[in-house]
Parts: sequence; structure tokens; C-alpha cells
Amino acid sequence: MPELSYREAVRDALSQAMRRDEDVFIMGEDIAEMGGSMGVTAGMLDEFGPDRVRNTPISEMAIVGAGIGAAMQGMRPVVEVMYEDFTTLAMEQIVNQAAKHRFMSGGQVKVPLTVRTQGGAGWSPGAQHAQQVEAWFVHVPGLKVVFASTPTDVRGLLWSAIYDDNPVMFFEHRTLYGIKEDVPDELEPIPIGQGRVHREGDDVTVVATGRLVHEALTAAEEAEQDGVSVEVFDPRTLQPLDEEGLIASVKKTNRCVVAHEAVARMGFGAEIAAVVQEKAFDWLDAPVERVGAKFAPLPFAPVMEEYVVPHSGDVLDAIRRTVARNG
Amino acid sequence: MAKVEAKRTLSEERLREFLREMLLIRRFEEKVEERFRAGDLPGFLHVAIGQEAVAVGVCQAMDDGDVFASTHRAHGHTLARGTHPNAVMAELYGKLEGCSHGYGGSMHLYDIERGNLGANAVVGGGLPAIAGAALAFKLRGEPRVAIAFFGDGATNIGTFHEALNLAQLWRVPAVFVCENNHWAESTPASQQLPIDDLSKRAAAFGMHTITVDGQDVEAVHKAATRALKHAREGKGPVFLLANTFRLVGHYVGDPQVYRDKEELRETRETQDPIEKLREKLGVPEGEFEELDREAHELVEASVEFAKNGTDPKPEDALKNVYA
Repeated sequence: MPELSYREAVRDALSQAMRRDEDVFIMGEDIAEMGGSMGVTAGMLDEFGPDRVRNTPISEMAIVGAGIGAAMQGMRPVVEVMYEDFTTLAMEQIVNQAAKHRFMSGGQVKVPLTVRTQGGAGWSPGAQHAQQVEAWFVHVPGLKVVFASTPTDVRGLLWSAIYDDNPVMFFEHRTLYGIKEDVPDELEPIPIGQGRVHREGDDVTVVATGRLVHEALTAAEEAEQDGVSVEVFDPRTLQPLDEEGLIASVKKTNRCVVAHEAVARMGFGAEIAAVVQEKAFDWLDAPVERVGAKFAPLPFAPVMEEYVVPHSGDVLDAIRRTVARNG
Repeated sequence: MAKVEAKRTLSEERLREFLREMLLIRRFEEKVEERFRAGDLPGFLHVAIGQEAVAVGVCQAMDDGDVFASTHRAHGHTLARGTHPNAVMAELYGKLEGCSHGYGGSMHLYDIERGNLGANAVVGGGLPAIAGAALAFKLRGEPRVAIAFFGDGATNIGTFHEALNLAQLWRVPAVFVCENNHWAESTPASQQLPIDDLSKRAAAFGMHTITVDGQDVEAVHKAATRALKHAREGKGPVFLLANTFRLVGHYVGDPQVYRDKEELRETRETQDPIEKLREKLGVPEGEFEELDREAHELVEASVEFAKNGTDPKPEDALKNVYA
């Protein structure tokens, strides 16, 4: 079992796909010699050359759009958008083009494009380099949305994203790139649409994504000391959503907390709460609690940033609030 | 060098074929206007009456395997590339037999088999994907070209500049066909373009440019053939500027309050590409009427075909969201 960081796991999935398949190539800003702003693609230029590891101009519309065009010709491009914040620049191409070509053509064409991007607070870049915007894309029929939280998951899910015949928005979390884990020797594809129970528990389900999976696991350890048994469920793919896994967990625990780093208002947690009340209302012993960033752009000053985004303590508070309710 | 004459490069037979194509597009679009006004057709329709020579001249220069992206004004490109009028008309009627099976409509005509990667209702929206399709051809070493149609208005949008920059940087086999009809919806060139010669915009990226009279189908075909050859031979993308005229409103039903009526009348009289070709070829009245009758018949048959087409089931709306 080799140990890989989350960063290396992303690179491994890309490299394995590119070794296997000429149709897979990557492009993005600074991904070649520099290896990407997060170092994810470091060394890939040497192995695959500049045709398949393509540095691009700072042109998000054209990068994503070129990916769409190549994908429509049957290639499997993986485009890197340096920061989630910059997906805004390519929004038209992602939302109006990538997501809709198949539909508008009445099923004549596929767009097997993967758009990798990353974000996450905790390093004080201010308001335009660390947002978590995954929920925007879940609102768009035609897109799939993945948000992996561990090296094993990111490797297996990225593989599945590359080989999915639909456009996939693939979210990585900046603060997770350094975390390490023993991963299987052979890359095991993880199906898109399948959640993961990270920790089993009986009293409350915490549905968490990205960094908050790890915060939730910390909170769960602490709750354990209060005698509260917490199950941590990571949906891993936000669209399609593993409703079956989610509902099974909530029906078991009868309580639910949703936790993500993105702004709580209209965040993905709101959708989780809606699905849970639609499908498991009679099993709930308490309202669904939400944990997410406060309603402000990300501030620069570290004390303010720390205040705005959620941490394990916020998850623990939410767990305590929900178990304090009498069923 | 001066002895080179403007020699006819196409046979008269081929030019008559172009005339037939242009007439088909014209009669098709007139019928579309008529059926829309009669309340038969749902949606938002834009016809390209006056611009037929660009569609026919460029599409007739394409090879099998070439692909293109069109605009909201797409009937002409689609028909000129060989999609049957029945399939186009059925699409406008929202039928399963339509070229997008009722999912697209006038602004989203597709025909992947014939290289039509879709008409795009977002101005400039299709340009980056053309750069990407051309990149795919280049990476795979396929002698194919990707072509984008767009209007002068699109040269003001970011996708135009990003896509042309990328295409030239990577020297991909793409041709960017600017149908310069001098209007962005109701806004004249004087209010949206600070320069007269739009080819300067492409030249700024170092791109090879060709400018042509878009009302002269033979000239368009010749220019497009050169452009496609240049791209196909790996010499990089080409910006093909076709100066043309929209002889009608922006959309079907547009009263064109913004347009000088006298000027429009004069443009219609002097800039009709069908009349120009007819004169050039000296097509006798009787023969022209015969060609016209054929076009009318095809169009009438397409309406019948479309009306008798199959309505999608409402719940078909949930198909094709994902592959």
C-alpha cells in the first residue's frame, strides 16, 4: 500500500489515465514547467510533453471552451482552473455550453470534459482566492459535481470523472493537498454518485464535504467523549447525490448536521436538508442543523477569516444542539 | 503579376448549384417568417435573408469531416451543410424528427453527422469550442478544420478574443468566419465598433486574415477554400471577414424602428446575393422560375413533413440531460 498525499493522488490519477489513453490531456494556467499553482501537475511535462501538458494563456473562457470542443471530438481533456474563484470567468462556457450541448442536440453529442479546480480558506488570501463555490454548479442540469476529501477518494473519483461521458466539475480543497494516506496499489475507480461513511455512529449523522469531513471527524471524536455516537457521511459527489446512502444513515441516527466550508446560506447543505426532510421526515428527532461559512466574503485579516469559516468546534456545537433536542 | 485575371474558378454548373442552395435558404426562411407570423412556430426566430452567400460559399468549401459552430441565425448554415430542410423545419416545429429532436429549436440546430456542432444562442459562445475541436484535430493529426460563424457584434465579446488568441498561439486548424452585417441586433456598427476594419482585430493576434464581399458567393467560396486550405495545411487559423447585409430585422417580427427605411430599400435592391448571382450567370427568366419552383416545393414539403411530425412526450424533457 503506497502512501500518497492528496496532491500526489490527483497527479497519479491524471498520469495513469494519460499513460493509458492518448485522448486524455491536461491544460491550464502554469501547469507545465511550474507544475500548477498547487504543484499538482509537477513533473508531468517531462513525462508527457507540451502537447499533452498544455500551458495556457490566462483565458478561462477559452481554456474551458477549448476543452469542450476537444471533448465533443471524443477526447477526454482535463482542464485546470487555478482557483474556484476563477470559474466565474468561465461560467458561460460551463453553464451554457458544456452542460447543455448534449441536451440541446437531442442526445447527439457527448462532452466528456473534466474541470479541476481548487479552493479553501485558512491562508488569508482575501476574498478572491479561496471561495468554495461548488453549490453553484449543482444547480445546473447536465453537470456532475465531485468534491473529494481524501487521497484515496480523490484518485478514484478523478479517474471516474475523466472517464465519465459528461462534463464533471471536480473540486479539490487547498488545505487537503498535503494530507497523506495509504492508498491501494492499483487505482480503484470510485463510482460517481456513491457516498462514503467515514465513521459509523448511532446518534447523529454529520454530512460533510471537503475539509469539513476532517473537521467533522475531529468533532466526532470529541462528541464521543460526551457519550454521543456520531456517523460521518461524505457524499463525495454532490451531483448525482447518493440519496440512498444519505437517507439510510439519517434513518439510523434520526439526527442530521450538514457541514461545509462554503457559505451556509443557499449552500449545498440546504439541499441536503431538503432531501432529508422530504425522504426521512418521520425519522427525524430534531431539525437539520447547518454548519457553513458566515454570510460574508472571505476577509483578509486572519482573525476575521478564522471567524467566518467553520471549524470542528462549529460542527461539535451543531452536534450538541441537535442531540439536546428531545425527539 | 498584373496579368492575372479574375478567372472563373468554378464551373457554371457548380454556381447554379449555389444558386439553387441560396434559393432554398431564402424560400425556407421566408416560409419560416410566414409560419411564425401565422402563429404556427413557437420560440424566437432569426433569419439571415441577405446573408445566404456566406453560408453557401463557406459550407460548400468544407470537406467531409470538417466541423462548424453556428449562431442564433443558423438556418442557412445548417441547410447549406446538407441537413435536409425537413429536419430543419421539423426542429422549428418542435418535433422528434427535427435535427435536434425538438430539444434545440431555431437557435440550437445541431447535426453532428454533418459536422454541425450546434447553433449557439450566446453571442460568441461557440468560438472557444471551435478552437478546441481544431486542437483535437491537430493533436490527432487529422486533416480536418473547425469553422466558427459569428457576427460583427461577437467581435466585441471576450470569447472572441480569448478563442482567437488561443487558436493562433497553438496554430490550430480553425477558420473564424465573421459575417459582418453591420448590425448587432438593433445597434449599428457606429455605436458598437470603434474601428471599421474588423480584420485588424484578428491581425492583432498575428492571424492570417482574408476579407471578402459576402454578397458574392463565388468570391466567398474562393476565399473560404483558401482559408480552409491554409488551416488544413497546418499554417494556422484564418480570420475570414465576409462583409454582408442583413436585409431583414434582427428577429422575425422586428419592426426595425432603428433603421433608415430608404437605405434599407436601396440595400435590398442592390445587395441581394441571389440577384447578383443570377445576373452574373445570366440565368434566363424561365430557368430561374424553374429553380425557384423547386425551392418552393422543397420548402412546402418540409412544412408538411414538420406538421405531420411526432410531438415529443412532455416527460422526454428529462432525457438527454446526461449521457
